[in-house]
Amino acid sequence: MEAQAVLVHERFDEETNTGIPHDKMGMWVFLCSEVMFFTGLIGSYIVLRFASPFWPQPSTVLNVPLTALNTFILICSSVTMVQALAGIRAGNPRKMKLFLCLTLMFGAIFLSIQGVEYWKLLHEHTEHYPHGFNPHASLFGSVFFTTTGFHGFHVFCGVVCIAFVTGKALLGKYTQASHQGIETIGLYWHFVDLVWIVLFTIIYLI
Amino acid sequence: MSHETHKVTNYMAIFWWLGGLTVVEVGYSSVLPHEHKAALILGLVGFAVIKATMVALYFMHLKFERKSLGIIVASTLILGCILVGVGIAEHLLPRP
Repeated sequence: MEAQAVLVHERFDEETNTGIPHDKMGMWVFLCSEVMFFTGLIGSYIVLRFASPFWPQPSTVLNVPLTALNTFILICSSVTMVQALAGIRAGNPRKMKLFLCLTLMFGAIFLSIQGVEYWKLLHEHTEHYPHGFNPHASLFGSVFFTTTGFHGFHVFCGVVCIAFVTGKALLGKYTQASHQGIETIGLYWHFVDLVWIVLFTIIYLI
Repeated sequence: MSHETHKVTNYMAIFWWLGGLTVVEVGYSSVLPHEHKAALILGLVGFAVIKATMVALYFMHLKFERKSLGIIVASTLILGCILVGVGIAEHLLPRP
């Protein structure tokens, strides 16, 4: 029992070669691979847009005010996530639980709004797209749904992971000394927010 | 670890900056005529880079992490920029 306690203690004060905990380092390496993944998607978008003779002004097809609101919601979720981490670091599990629940809620709202946006685009008939704006409608449609769809999938995965972490938090599994899970999923969540900031500018505004 | 260093970060200030910049960005794209493509792209990409940097530095705590981690992330970003840059250059440079 005593040996086990020592092991548990050592787990949290673990010395690593890099000076960075293994799970955090692993998440950063994963995020670097994700940077390349999204760079490929964004790069394709830019190259196709430059090369295409006809490319509609995005604001004439997409709902920019609604997506701006969605961007703000994702920024809100990022700040609640970082506040949850700050809460547990300060030894305030109540604050951590509250802000994790808020993050989960904002993530779900983001996905819901994106779902509404997709539904409207697919079913509304416009002058440019009489059969609705869908991946088959044009090159813009194809690249738009691929890029934002992959991002939406990342948000969905993030919401599932945050739900798991929130469940653990509500069960009291995180303490001031041991909360690496929150920091690790927080990194992923902020990255998803960061990618959206770039996507919103490139796809919706330019 | 960097807990002590960044517990003083004012996250709400960063949040209001991000929200404010989003509003400015949307306003800039709707006010500026779309004929001024270069000014539009430079301005909007500039805003996006500032916002993304703020998220990485303060929310992801990159500002307070070890330099080695910063180098790993920076090298990935440089490679990403090269990838996009080559694609753009192919379009912009004159063809033989």
